[in-house]
Amino acid sequence: MALIVDKHRPRSLDQLTYHGELSDRLRSLAQSGDFPHLLVYGPSGAGKKTRIVATLKELYGPGVEKIKIDARVFQTSSSRKLEFNIVTSVYHLEITPSDVGNYDRVVVQDLLKEVAQTQQVDQSARQKFKVVVINEADHLTRDAQAALRRTMEKYSPNLRLILLANSTANIIAPIRSRTLLVRVAAPSIQEITTVLAESAKKEGWPAAAGLHKRIALESGRNLRRALLMYEAVHAQNEKITDDTPIPPPDWEALIGQIAKEIMEEHSPSRILQVRAKLYDLLTHCIPPTTILKTLTFKLIALIDDDLKYDVIKWSAFYEHRVRTGTKVIFHLEAFVAKFMRIFEMYLMQMDM
Amino acid sequence: MASFFDIKARKAAAANGSSVAKGDDKKQNTRRQPWVEKYRPKTLNDVTAQDHTVNVLQRTLQASNLPHMLFYGPPGTGKTSTILALAKELYGPEMIKSRVLELNASDERGISIVREKVKDFARMQLTNPPPGYKSRYPCPPFKIIILDEADSMTQDAQSALRRTMETYSKITRFCLICNYVTRIIDPLASRCSKFRFKSLDQGNAKRRLEEIAEKEGVDLEDGAVDALIKCSDGDLRKAITYLQSAARLVGAIEKEDGGESTDDAMDVDRKTVSVAIVQDIAGVIPEDTIVSLQKAMQPRSAGATYQAVAKVVEDMVADGWSATQVVTQLYHSVLQDETIPDIQKNKITLVFSEVDKRLLDGADEHLSILDLALRISNILSGKG
Repeated sequence: MALIVDKHRPRSLDQLTYHGELSDRLRSLAQSGDFPHLLVYGPSGAGKKTRIVATLKELYGPGVEKIKIDARVFQTSSSRKLEFNIVTSVYHLEITPSDVGNYDRVVVQDLLKEVAQTQQVDQSARQKFKVVVINEADHLTRDAQAALRRTMEKYSPNLRLILLANSTANIIAPIRSRTLLVRVAAPSIQEITTVLAESAKKEGWPAAAGLHKRIALESGRNLRRALLMYEAVHAQNEKITDDTPIPPPDWEALIGQIAKEIMEEHSPSRILQVRAKLYDLLTHCIPPTTILKTLTFKLIALIDDDLKYDVIKWSAFYEHRVRTGTKVIFHLEAFVAKFMRIFEMYLMQMDM
Repeated sequence: MASFFDIKARKAAAANGSSVAKGDDKKQNTRRQPWVEKYRPKTLNDVTAQDHTVNVLQRTLQASNLPHMLFYGPPGTGKTSTILALAKELYGPEMIKSRVLELNASDERGISIVREKVKDFARMQLTNPPPGYKSRYPCPPFKIIILDEADSMTQDAQSALRRTMETYSKITRFCLICNYVTRIIDPLASRCSKFRFKSLDQGNAKRRLEEIAEKEGVDLEDGAVDALIKCSDGDLRKAITYLQSAARLVGAIEKEDGGESTDDAMDVDRKTVSVAIVQDIAGVIPEDTIVSLQKAMQPRSAGATYQAVAKVVEDMVADGWSATQVVTQLYHSVLQDETIPDIQKNKITLVFSEVDKRLLDGADEHLSILDLALRISNILSGKG
C-alpha cells in the first residue's frame, strides 16, 4: 500500500491545487516550444518536484511516467570507479549528483555531454530536446557548477536542464544568469487544510476540520510533512475527532526533553547527560542543523524575552560552525554550554 | 529522412542564402535558440561598451598579429563574445574549425589534457586556406586556443601551460578568459596582455536591450528596461535571459487568454512586459516584504521585537525567498535609510558581512536571517 503522499500526488498540471498562476506559467512555457533552463527553488515540501514531473508530462505526454533505473559506472581521472544511479525515461533523465560527493563534476561532465551530443532519434517525439533534472542542485560542488556553465549554452538545442534546489544561495551567479528562476513558495495553512480535506475524502476518512487545521499549523507549512502526519494520526487512532492528539515524531519529543533538562539545571554533569541524548539523535541520522534549530526554538519558547536575542545569535554562530567544522558533537555541546552560561548570567543579574 | 542530413542541407542552404522554404526552417531553429546565443555579437564592432578593448583588437586585426591575451571581468560583460567574434573575423566560417580550439570548464582540463590535447593542437602545423579565401578573411598564420573559465583550472594545469605557450608561440596564440584575474598564476598572467572588461554602463545595456526587444517584437512597459538593468547588475547576459523569459511568459499566457488566435502578427501586438513581471522573474523580493521586515526591526521592548521579527522571517523563509536576495535587498534599503546614524550603519555593515559569509558556507537560512534581523534591531536600539 502506498502512502497517501504518493498515492494522491497530482500527476498533471491541472490537478495541482495551489499556486495556480505558477502552474499556468509552467504550462505556457511547456507549450510555447522554446522551453528555457529552469532553476526551481523553494522550501522542502512545497511541491517543487511534483510540479516538475507534471511539467514534464505536459512537455512529452504520458511517456515520461515510464521510468527505469539505470546503474552507470563512471571512471574518475584517478581511475576510481563510481557507481551512480540514474532514473530515466525515453525523454528525460533524473540525477542526484550529490550522491557521489566530490566526484560530481565527473558525472556532470560525462553524462551531460553524452546526453547533449545525441539527438532525439524518435521523430514523433514532441520536443527535440531531452530534459535532465538535477536534484539537490544546491549541493553541487563549485567545480561541477562551473562545468555546467558552457554546457548549458553550447548544447541548448539538444538539452534542457531543470535544477532543483532549496535555496539559490549556493548556486553560482553564472548559472543563475542562465536559468529562469522559478520560486515555489510553501503552501499557506489554508491551502494545506484544503489538501488534507481532499485526501480524507479520497480515502473515505471522516472529515475533521479542527484536526486538519492543527496539523497544518504543526507542519510548519510543509505539505509532505502534513500529509505524513495526517496518515500517522489515522494509523494510530481508530476514531478520529477534532481533538485527537497529533503524536510528535520521536526525535522531536526527545529534543523537547533535552530542552527541558537544559532549563532545569546548569552544570557539567547535566551537559554530560544531554550529550548522551545528542549522540542518540545523531546516530539516528537526524541532521545536526535540524537538531540545533529545533532545540533553539524549543528553548526560545521557554526563556525570557531579553535573552532571545543572545540565544539566536549563538545558535546561528554554532550552526555555522557545524557546517564548516568536522565533528558535529563539539558544536552542539558548545551551544548547550553557552546557553547554560548565558542563562545563568541572566539569572545572577536578576538577583543583583 | 533522418534529421542529420537535414541539418547539413540546411546549413548549405543558409550559407548560399537561398530558397525561401529552407529559410523558414532556419528561422524556426533560431527561434528556439536562447536570445543570448542568437544575439551574440557577430563582429567586433557589435560588441557593446568595451570600446578600449575593441579598439586594441581592431588594430591587431589590421596588423594580423596578436599577443597572448587574458580577458577578465565580471560575468556577462562580453568576454567570450569578444574572442569568438574576433576569431570569426580572423578566420571566417571555413577555417575557424581547424584554427580555433575552445576549451571550457565543461571539458576535462586536468594536467593530462593540457599536456596532450592542448599541446597537440598547439604544435599542429597550419593548414593553408583555400585559394581566394585570404582575400575575404585575413587568416593570419597562427591558431588560437581559447581557454574559457580559466580560473577554474588547477594550479598544476596552469603551470603546465607555461612552457607550451612560449615554445609554440610562432604558430599558436592563447586566450585565457576568467572572472578573477587573481586565480591565474603569475607566470601565466605575465605572458599575456591583459584586457579588463568593465561591467556595462546603463546607457549601453539599455540600448542593446531595446534593440533586441524591437527585433523580437516585444513591447516593453515604461521602466521595464530600467528594471531589467537594475535586477541584472550590469550583467547583460542575465538581462537578456530575463527579457526572453519575460517575453515567453507574457507571450504564451496572453495567447491562451485570447482564445484560438494563432496569427503571429496579432499576438505580437499584445505582448507587454511590465516591471512586475521582470522583478518576479529575477526573484526580487517585493518592496513591501522588505519594508515589513524593516518595520519589525524598529526598536521596541525586546520581547515585542523578537515576536515581530520572528513572524516576518518565518513567512519569508516559507515563501522561499532566497536568503542571499534578502541580504542584498535589506542591505540596500538599510544603507539608504537616512534616519540611521552613520556609526550604526558601520556596525550593521559588519553584521552583513558576517552573515553573507555564513550563507556562503551553507549555514541554515532561517537561523541566519533571524540572527541578522535581530542583531540589526539590537544595533538600532543602541545596545549593540
